[in-house]
Amino acid sequence: MSRIAARFAALKADGRGGLIPFLEAWDPDGATSMALLRGMPAAGADLIEIGMPFTDPMADGPIIQAAARRGLIAGVKVRFILDMVREFRKDDQATPIILMGYLNPILSYGPQKFCEDAGQAGVDGMIIVDLPTEEADLMLPHATANGIDFIRLVAPTTDDVRLPHVLNGSSGFVYYVSITGITGTRSASSADLAAAIPRIRKVTDLPIAIGFGVRTPAQAAEASKVADAAVVASALIETMAAHLDEDGKAKPGTVELVLAQVRALADGVRGR
Amino acid sequence: MNQPLPPAALNSLRSGPSDRGRFGEFGGRFVAETLMPIVLAVEQAYAEAKKDPQFQADLAWHLTHYVGRPSPLWFAERLTKRLGGAKVYFKRDELNHTGSHKANNCMGQILLARRMGKTRIIAETGAGQHGVATATMCALFGLPCTVYMGATDVERQAPNVFRMKLLGAEVKAVTSGAGTLKDAMNEAMRDWVANVEDTFYIIGTVAGPHPYPMMVRDFQSVIGEEAKVQMQAAEGRLPDVAVACIGGGSNAMGLFHPFLDDTSVRLIGVEAGGHGIETGQHAASLTGGRPGVLHGNRTYLLQDEDGQIIEAHSISAGLDYPGIGPEHSWLHDIGRVEYVSATDNEALDAFQLCTQTEGIIPALEPAHALAYVTKLAPTLDKDQIILMNLCGRGDKDIFTVAAHLGVKL
Ligand SMILES: Cc1ncc(COP(=O)(O)O)c(C=O)c1O
Repeated sequence: MSRIAARFAALKADGRGGLIPFLEAWDPDGATSMALLRGMPAAGADLIEIGMPFTDPMADGPIIQAAARRGLIAGVKVRFILDMVREFRKDDQATPIILMGYLNPILSYGPQKFCEDAGQAGVDGMIIVDLPTEEADLMLPHATANGIDFIRLVAPTTDDVRLPHVLNGSSGFVYYVSITGITGTRSASSADLAAAIPRIRKVTDLPIAIGFGVRTPAQAAEASKVADAAVVASALIETMAAHLDEDGKAKPGTVELVLAQVRALADGVRGR
Repeated sequence: MNQPLPPAALNSLRSGPSDRGRFGEFGGRFVAETLMPIVLAVEQAYAEAKKDPQFQADLAWHLTHYVGRPSPLWFAERLTKRLGGAKVYFKRDELNHTGSHKANNCMGQILLARRMGKTRIIAETGAGQHGVATATMCALFGLPCTVYMGATDVERQAPNVFRMKLLGAEVKAVTSGAGTLKDAMNEAMRDWVANVEDTFYIIGTVAGPHPYPMMVRDFQSVIGEEAKVQMQAAEGRLPDVAVACIGGGSNAMGLFHPFLDDTSVRLIGVEAGGHGIETGQHAASLTGGRPGVLHGNRTYLLQDEDGQIIEAHSISAGLDYPGIGPEHSWLHDIGRVEYVSATDNEALDAFQLCTQTEGIIPALEPAHALAYVTKLAPTLDKDQIILMNLCGRGDKDIFTVAAHLGVKL
């Protein structure tokens, strides 16, 4: 069983939804983001999403745009992100890691080589924002061959006719983009989520994670209950960004602050 | 059994793109899932409109009576004498309402937006010409309009910013990246993602996800179609060479497309060479880039070795874009169109030459095309013909040019 499937099975046995915190690779530098990644499982992360910085993140709002820019200024390269995962896997064999990014850096690395190297580094899933089902054949065979789940985005604009088409060939879990909009802007209402998730469940047995607009422990608790997991990104990055000095370096205690926030979110999904 | 393709389509370079929006390996639909349904809806609506004689008649009527088509074909006699070689003709799309070829495409797309029942328009703009054309059509049809423009461009194209505001558009300055066309397009895409329900995105060049590169090319092809007929009337034959500048490549596609199957006609696209290709500060995606994916399509891009997009540089805000329309990438790879470049300084020289010999102040964008023409014409015989797309007028650029000439206005 893949790490992602195993983790969702364990969550189901526990009778709760999961927390998926997000960090942008090398934001604001390699060492800080590595420390954050290492600390996340103990703080209560069930799965972890790592953002791959890109110069033109078209689906992201100002908060994640700025995080990507900090990572790029720090000198992040695709291969350094894979190094982070390899390093993480030395002491953690259980927590699934999902890479989220845009196509061009992966294309530049080479789709096949990327999937081979990512699989060897210990990556479990990937989400490529600007690679819709219509273009998925570019990556899907390589992802499958290397045991990487190709996770699809479903949006409020994905209607019932299109839904099975979008989920065709998807594995791991389904990522429900809960708002029509970019990251870090609005949150979906309870009513929206209550209507959307059953619509997706009709078409797939895969677990569903809700992302975009999940910020607080209460929102994470609700999303992980309605679906199977909640992704929190912008709220964590905001905390990080608020604790950088004038040179953009993390002040002492920044990592601990972000991890404390992860812990509060984890308490939320555990109903504590 | 499959229907055999008619021989014309088999041999034609004009039959693209494929159902997946591909020109060879270029093009496609690389957008987030949230946008995919609207992109498919635009594709379907355009396919229907294209076949609908009512839509085509409505478009033709508006092009004639509002945009002012056909634009004249002008024999630039004094310029020709000065250059001492081939005869130079200008296709005068700078005489369109709003002052550039952008009006052709905006008219087509706004009629489509109305047909789809969309009630709000967004656009990106570099030089501001596409923004002005979009704001104009929105004023004409009474639709609210938001234009995204890089902060750098807002500064260097101030007259167009004011024009858009006068026309009732909201102009949003984009500060991310270098604050130029690429960043404006990112921000317009972000707006569209959040407002797909009521909003139509009028893309200003042959870029973006399918069907945009095809649709914008179709709307701009009126340039080449008219020129072909006009050249027959003037000279009784086709030109030997057709030349156009390239930002995203819409005025060039519009001129070239009707000539693609006329193999006797050399087609030359002129990219912005900025400070010079060797300096790395340029906007020549084909000359200095490699294939990748940005803004919804696969095409040649300026990028570093890790696939991060590099900021383009050009004196001309309309050419300052690190990509190029996917059909150009294909035409480049199959060798049908030649792609060259002209630097900032060469464009400034051509700008002045055109003004002084022909009494036409060109935009800095077509001044790049003219810069190449000034090199090419003297190498050709006097009975040969060059057709150049003079796709925009230069009123918007006089401040930039004055600054470069050391003149205070
Ligand atoms: C006059 C003029 N020409 C050319 C361009 C470049 O666009 P394209 O290459 O799509 O024709 C612009 C863009 O703003 C323009 O204003």
